Amino acid sequence: MVTVEFLGPIQKAALTLEAVSLRDVANVLKEDHEMAQWLENCAVAVNDTLVASLDTPLKDGDKVSLLPPVCGG
Amino acid sequence: MLELYEGALNVPQIITRWYSEEAEYNYGAYIPFIGTVREEDAIEGLSFDVYEPILFSWFDAWQAKAEALGAKLKMAHSRGDVLVHESSYIAAVFSPKRRVALEMIEQFVEDFKASAPIWKYDLKNGERLYARDRSTAIAGAGILGGKQ
Repeated sequence: MVTVEFLGPIQKAALTLEAVSLRDVANVLKEDHEMAQWLENCAVAVNDTLVASLDTPLKDGDKVSLLPPVCGG
Repeated sequence: MLELYEGALNVPQIITRWYSEEAEYNYGAYIPFIGTVREEDAIEGLSFDVYEPILFSWFDAWQAKAEALGAKLKMAHSRGDVLVHESSYIAAVFSPKRRVALEMIEQFVEDFKASAPIWKYDLKNGERLYARDRSTAIAGAGILGGKQ
């Protein structure tokens, strides 16, 4: 199982799901209508490192984080 | 050094302390950038969420760049609410000569705005409203929605 957490303004509790790559996570989140506004603009981190490919492999215990658009300062 | 605070920053205390901390290191230039909450659109203030693990790794990467040029970075940022005319952000560069510091403060602050995992909310009429229109997607965002 991997944990998916939603940061900042995404008002959504963390999920746990079976996934062997980020593609599996994407497929689950695409079914979730409240996530539609976020998937196009969120960056993704696996275990707190930003990743750039849906083929990023996942293993049991991994943490996937969704980072919506930022504005510090 | 990266410092996070609950609420507004005590700017005079922080920039004076940083000045003292580096006084013996022979830096010829110290350039602080101070971000203050402006009164606009009838906001009472701003509020911030911070995701620390990635913020710290982002900052460490910048510190390594600075060190390669003989410079040093410091940064302070608020979590939670910061009212109008209070300050939420300080970035500073110390370097032996001015040119490195002048160039680095611009690059650092711009990349901070584009990349640092901090989310801003307007405080207005008792609500905390995500500043979506002023926010920037992090480079590489959108892969879950099909952007590769």
